[in-house]
Amino acid sequence: MKNTVYLFAYGLLFGLGLIVAGMSNPAKVLAFLDVTGEWDPSLALVMASALLTLGLARYLMHRNNDTADREQEPSAIVPAGVDAKLMSGAAIFGVGWGLSGFCPGPALLGLSAGVLGNYAFVAAMFVGFWLFRLLHQR
Amino acid sequence: MNYLTILSALAGGAMIGMAAALLLFTHKHTAGISGIAAGMLPPWSESSVWRGWFLAGLLASGPLYRLSGADIALDLAASPGLLAIAGLLVGYGTRLGGGCTSGHGVCGIARLSVRSIVATLTFMLTAGITVFIVRHLL
Repeated sequence: MKNTVYLFAYGLLFGLGLIVAGMSNPAKVLAFLDVTGEWDPSLALVMASALLTLGLARYLMHRNNDTADREQEPSAIVPAGVDAKLMSGAAIFGVGWGLSGFCPGPALLGLSAGVLGNYAFVAAMFVGFWLFRLLHQR
Repeated sequence: MNYLTILSALAGGAMIGMAAALLLFTHKHTAGISGIAAGMLPPWSESSVWRGWFLAGLLASGPLYRLSGADIALDLAASPGLLAIAGLLVGYGTRLGGGCTSGHGVCGIARLSVRSIVATLTFMLTAGITVFIVRHLL
């Protein structure tokens, strides 16, 4: 029960961060990606601030521990190395992001606004998740 | 960019980084929204529970923010049909590439993962090219 409340709170904090930063609006994201147009660089600050915060938190948490603790992180167990899957997947994601201005977090967050195109995006995104499982995880 | 834009970008980013840090240190999970959301596809398992509560918090952030009386801008440039195509690309691409803006762009880069740095540069590049083509060539 306690865990549930915390997890909900973390998701809430994440979402409020997206809203405060303005990343919940696809138009602002597209303005960030439109380097040759009327460029809005503020989303680079969002990312820098998120990275600094998480990086500092990680440093403080791991300062007194040995590396073994760090390597327990689930993400560190994933086999490393840049490969074709990583590159092509990221490239495909980027095209979808550039077409819409939506990445997964803001798209899910936007659902409560009740916009048709937002629903279409999220429904198709889950079809994409499922398609990956169908093609690559059998 | 005025001071308010800069300040909200920094504050929002810090909130995102803090949420990711809390999820990592208390539950040892990576705050990658595409992975968390894709994990909600059936069949459900034990891990669907923490994913579900984190996503519930994310989804609740919009309605709760609106309770304060403030509005959340959500402007979509693309038609629902195009957004569905974009959603499919984002869903499939993030799974193939193993992460999205949050998983690679924030959590991965914060632990200096080469895979995440390469993935982030890749999706930023293809997103920028896509926006350039859509806005300035078509």
